[in-house]
Parts: sequence; structure tokens; C-alpha cells
Amino acid sequence: MRIAVLSGKGGTGKTLVSVNLAAVAQSSSYIDCDVEEPNGYLFFRPEDVREEEISVKIPKVNNVLCNGCRKCVDFCKFNALAYIKDRLIVFDEICHSCGGCIMLCPEKALSEKERVIGKVQKGNSGKVTVCTGVLNTGEASGVPIIKKLLAEKSTGESLEAANQPTFIDCPPGSACIVMESIKDADYCTLVAEPTVFGVHNLSMVYELVRLFNKPCGVVLNKCLEEENLAEKFCLEKNIKIVGRIPFDTNLGKISSNAEIAVYIDEKYRDMFAAMLKTVTKEVQHEAATNPQR
Amino acid sequence: MKIAIPVDEKSLESNVCISFGRTPYFLIYDPETKEQIFLDNSAAASTGGAGIKAAQLIVDNRATVLLTPRCGENAANVLKSADIKIYKTLSTSAKDNIDAFNDGKLSLLTEIHAGFHGHGGS
Repeated sequence: MRIAVLSGKGGTGKTLVSVNLAAVAQSSSYIDCDVEEPNGYLFFRPEDVREEEISVKIPKVNNVLCNGCRKCVDFCKFNALAYIKDRLIVFDEICHSCGGCIMLCPEKALSEKERVIGKVQKGNSGKVTVCTGVLNTGEASGVPIIKKLLAEKSTGESLEAANQPTFIDCPPGSACIVMESIKDADYCTLVAEPTVFGVHNLSMVYELVRLFNKPCGVVLNKCLEEENLAEKFCLEKNIKIVGRIPFDTNLGKISSNAEIAVYIDEKYRDMFAAMLKTVTKEVQHEAATNPQR
Repeated sequence: MKIAIPVDEKSLESNVCISFGRTPYFLIYDPETKEQIFLDNSAAASTGGAGIKAAQLIVDNRATVLLTPRCGENAANVLKSADIKIYKTLSTSAKDNIDAFNDGKLSLLTEIHAGFHGHGGS
């Protein structure tokens, strides 16, 4: 059971929800796909961390073989190549590793070289396996790191581990890296704030999960007494509300101290346990009624 | 010598464009023959790397000097490889900047920014 937790913007509570769900599930996996600023590990403080570098393939030029035809320069949609004074220049940071220039070069003047763009870390925090993706600053795309993080989960695991719930803490927004993060998820949990801005961002991710034909539910975070615009949106669109988190300064304080709320207070443990139960029920219901997904 | 300037319109009186990589046009001006060419900047609509592509365009059109209000790191590297000198414009028309350059009143652009890369700028 893979549950992705996402939102249209940062700061809505993706990490709060995914960390606490993973913690309350006890035996589980938490995967931090927010590779530009992973922070779930700050809460879990995993031990026995193993680290693996992630690299991509970028072009390397042999200027002796290059005849300056510029096919590669014209081809590159990211403008990662320039041909200046009879020399081809590659801008490593601009390159998106599509490999097109290497395939295209009639002189075979381009070959592949590895470039490290980040790393994945895997450790344990009690019964929670904590995986973290880290993209180096300035890199174009975290997709290769997310691919690695999620591929690791699906292969070479025991049946027991495969049955454990996995919580995917997604990057904010609805861009490529989010799509990569939810691609193989069984269920998407959308975290939303009760503001106009919050609803706008909720509608963005809602559109995305619809596009991917994923079953989804919403966690309403920072709920106040007054009218909740995100709730209104859910009722209008007939989206299941899987949990409500009140606007709670104490909960905010716990998170600011990098503590996991379900370990601190029974009140929060009950809240997230109920949320997990609802989500699990939704996933099972989905599996029973829509097995083709 | 040929001078390249990013311009908002195809006119000598045009204002200098605040963006190098995404300017709509480049003016290529030859101070000796007074010849002026306006190039469409094919890099303007790029999803990324506009500065690199724009710099390539300038190099291919044999400019030796670039007058611009600012310039990103990648573009500056391309221009440097081609030995193109970059001078900082004053906030006036293209023509006034050419005159100022000819009078030796423009100074070399020393502040090269790291690029805006999808975050607007200005």
C-alpha cells in the first residue's frame, strides 16, 4: 500500500501528515521525495543510514572528432550546448540528460559521462524505514533521484515489507517531480489549507491526481471555527475528506521542535490513527471496486 | 568592430531591453559603416538556457562588443569564450548607448548574475 501525500504549495502540512501517518502505522516506510528540501529525516532521526550517490549521464565532447555541424546545438531544447570558436561547449547544469545529442552526432564526437546530482539515504527509526532523496543545489531536475527512491521500494523486498504501508512525502506543486512521485501510488492524500490560496493550490493537485486516475482524499489542515473554503471545495467536487487537523499552536510547536506528534501526545496519536484507518479503508475499498487501477 | 545590443523595438531609438537572453531583438551595429541589422532573438521563447542561445546568436553574427544592462553567468561564459567584451548600458536608448560607448563613457559590466532560471527577475 503506497500512499502519496501532496499539496499544491509548500507549508500546508505534507511532512506533518506523512511523518505522523508513518509513525502511527508503526511498521512502515517513509519516503521523502521532496528532494529539493527534504526534512522528514529531521523528525525521524534515522540510524544506520546508508548512502548512495545518484548520477545522470551527460555528454562529453571530443573536439578532435567534432566538425562543427551544430546538429546537437540546434537539437537541444534546453540550450545546453554552444559552438564557439570551433569548439563545442557543454553546460553541464543546463543539460537534462535526454541523450539526444549523443544519438544525433554524425561524427560520434559525443560520448556519455557520469555526473553526480545528489544522493539517497536509507536508515531506520524504530520500525519505520526512512528513505530520503537529496538533490544537490542548482541541479535541473530531481526526477532521477525520485525514480531511484521509489524503484528501491518495489524490488527485492520480502512479502512482509511489501505489505507494509509506504508513505511518500511529495514535493510541493504539480510539476514533473510530483508526477514521478505519485506515478505508482495506490492512493493520493491531498493536504489543504482553508484559505482562498489553499483552495487554488488544492484544485491544482486535484486536477493532477485526476489526470493520473488516482483515487484521492483530502486532509483539511489548520482548520478554524469559521467557514472552510477547502472543505467547501471538497463537498462541491465530491472528494472524500479523510482527516481534519485543527489550527493548533501546540501541534505547531511540536513540529517546530522536530518532534513527532503521535509519539508525544495521545490526542494526536488518536487523530492520526483515525486518519490512517480511514485512508486504509479507502485504499482497500478502491482495490476492491477498481482492481484495474 | 560590431556592437550588439538587446532592444525592445527594431529602431535605433528603441530602449535597451532589460533582459539579454529574452530580448525580442538584437541590434547589430557597425560604427564604421553605420550599418544596422535587427535580429529576431530566437532564444526569447526558450524554456531554459535562453542566455546561452542568445549569446550563440551574437557570436554567429560576429559581434565583438555587447552593450547590455545585465548578463547571466552562462551567457557571459559563452561570450567570454568568443572574446566578446560586455559593457554596461545606461538607462537610455540604443543610439545614446552607442554614442556613449564611442565616447568611451561606458564601463565594462562586472556584475554577472547567476541567472534567474524561471524566477523572473527585474
